[in-house]
Amino acid sequence: MTMRTMVEAINLTLAREMARDDRVIVFGEDVGLNGGVFRATDGLIDRFGRDRVVDTPLAEALILGTAVGLAAAGMVPVPEIQFLGFSYQGFHQLAGQIARLRYRSNGRFDAPITIRAPFGGGVRTPELHSEAIEGQLANIPGLKVVMPSGARNAAGLLAAAIRDPDPVLFLEPLRGYRSLRDDLPDDTEFVEPLGRAEVVRDGDDVVIVAWSYQVEVARRAAEELAEDGISVAVLDLRSLVPLDIDSLASIVSRCGRVVVAEEAPQTAGFGGEVVATIVEHCFYDLEAPPQRVSGYDVPFPMAQLEDRYVPSVGRVVAGCRRVLEVAP
Amino acid sequence: MTSAADQRGPSDDDLRGMLRTMIAARIYSTRCFNLQRQGRLGTMAPVDGNEAVVVGTTYALQPEHDWIFPQYREQYALGRYGDEVIRRHALYLAGHPEGSNYPAGLNVFPCQISLAAQVPHAVGMAWGLMRQGLPGVAVAFFGDGASSEGDFYEAANFAAVIKAPVVFMLVNNGWAISTPTSMQTAAATFADKAAAFGMPGVRVDGRDPIAVWEVVTAARARAVAGEGPTLVEAVTHRLGHHTTADDPTRYIPVEQLAAARAADPVPGFAAQLHSVGLWDDELQAEAEAAANAVIDDAVDQALARPLAPDAFFDHVFAQPTPRMTQQRALLLELEAEGRS
Repeated sequence: MTMRTMVEAINLTLAREMARDDRVIVFGEDVGLNGGVFRATDGLIDRFGRDRVVDTPLAEALILGTAVGLAAAGMVPVPEIQFLGFSYQGFHQLAGQIARLRYRSNGRFDAPITIRAPFGGGVRTPELHSEAIEGQLANIPGLKVVMPSGARNAAGLLAAAIRDPDPVLFLEPLRGYRSLRDDLPDDTEFVEPLGRAEVVRDGDDVVIVAWSYQVEVARRAAEELAEDGISVAVLDLRSLVPLDIDSLASIVSRCGRVVVAEEAPQTAGFGGEVVATIVEHCFYDLEAPPQRVSGYDVPFPMAQLEDRYVPSVGRVVAGCRRVLEVAP
Repeated sequence: MTSAADQRGPSDDDLRGMLRTMIAARIYSTRCFNLQRQGRLGTMAPVDGNEAVVVGTTYALQPEHDWIFPQYREQYALGRYGDEVIRRHALYLAGHPEGSNYPAGLNVFPCQISLAAQVPHAVGMAWGLMRQGLPGVAVAFFGDGASSEGDFYEAANFAAVIKAPVVFMLVNNGWAISTPTSMQTAAATFADKAAAFGMPGVRVDGRDPIAVWEVVTAARARAVAGEGPTLVEAVTHRLGHHTTADDPTRYIPVEQLAAARAADPVPGFAAQLHSVGLWDDELQAEAEAAANAVIDDAVDQALARPLAPDAFFDHVFAQPTPRMTQQRALLLELEAEGRS
């Protein structure tokens, strides 16, 4: 076991997968010579060469569109979109083409495409770098949406994503790249299956359902509430598509009270999907209406106000207290 | 025009094959147009006017190695890739999902509706072939209108950077539904755009299949030699409707349409082969009968092809999500009760 940051875990996993399977090709803006603007692809070009680690022009539709042809040619494309907000410039290739390659070829073509993209608040980026648009992506049939919450699951889930025969959006929280660390297995075959949530903290009184960096926020909120003797569970969804409905229903039914924490705007965000799923499966076990702690229904704000927009530990604690106030 | 002795052109057999394929394309397209009018097939885009472009191109290719990335108009004229293309396309027009599944070994991508989206796909395929050391080139067909999409510029630019083995076949038929080329670009020609990408741009008479054959033969040779892509502008005229949902008399001047029809490439090429003794009325009748038999069979099979009510759950993912499995079970339950 070795202690690594999240971005180191991603880098290590990319190198392992490229070494394991020579069909894997990494490409995108600044992924080669520069090793990625966050160093996620650092050193790959030296190890695997310019044919397999390719700096592309600034062209998101090209990056996503060529992935379709590469996959049909038998390659395993791992494109990077430098920031998820930039994916709008290739959204038609993502939603209209990559997501439908298997479907519109009626099964002729696999689409083993893993699209890595950092996103999320907390690092004072300029506009369109921080947007949490996972709900928009999860609404596109044919795409898997995977959102690691730490170094360990980033490594295990990225390996699974690259090996998956279907397209996976692998969304990496900017704020977690260097602040989140885990002891990582040295096993080159460390793979964690997609579509399984993880109980990262057990508890009885209320469960916080979260994904990506909000899992870390939820953990801290749970610790704060524990000081008042409140027992808080945290469920890390890890992937939105496929959604682990069984794990979600099981823990919500046991706790009876639930808070969903997400960075995206509240209206039509994935948190709404989570709450709807809870209501369908756990209605008679609920002791209080579910609460959502989300971004607000505004565009992601400029840096001075972003701490008020991204759900904080304080807001998640307040959300938990609201669901706990309701008498059984 | 050529003879078998002329090694630089298509053989006599190929010339006859090209004409047969053009005749078949017109028959397939016309039949499907009429079947749409009868309510038996769905919306379709006639190939009328583009036959020589598609046929001249495909006869310059090696179907076992070279990939076609069509839009939605070329399928009728892809006979060089086998009759299976029209059989699948009939299924597509019948609304059957197997219509987009060209079997393995048939190097044709599914019909593309999102204009120019297939252009980066072709570049990706060419890039993948190149990286794996596989023979073959990718040919993207797209129109004068689609050339205004960003996908074309992004893809062409990158293809030239990496010297991808691609042929960009820009079919300029004068109209993007109702928008004339003069509203599409201020460039003197579409081929001129190649200069900005750093690749050759060639303008060719898209009504002359031999001229198209020559240009694509050269572009293919350049691509497989590792010298990179070529932009070909094939100039022709749309002879009628954009699709079955279109009325061209609203925007194409009557005299322009009449002039285009007078220069129809299909009878034009037949007359050309007639004049050098490579074609006659008997061969014409045989070609027409063969094409009619293929399309009759393709349409009959397409309309009779069974389709399960829950088939749309197939091929979204390799394995369905748990939720999709629940949804599918519910659909089948309602189906059994006659309430789906």
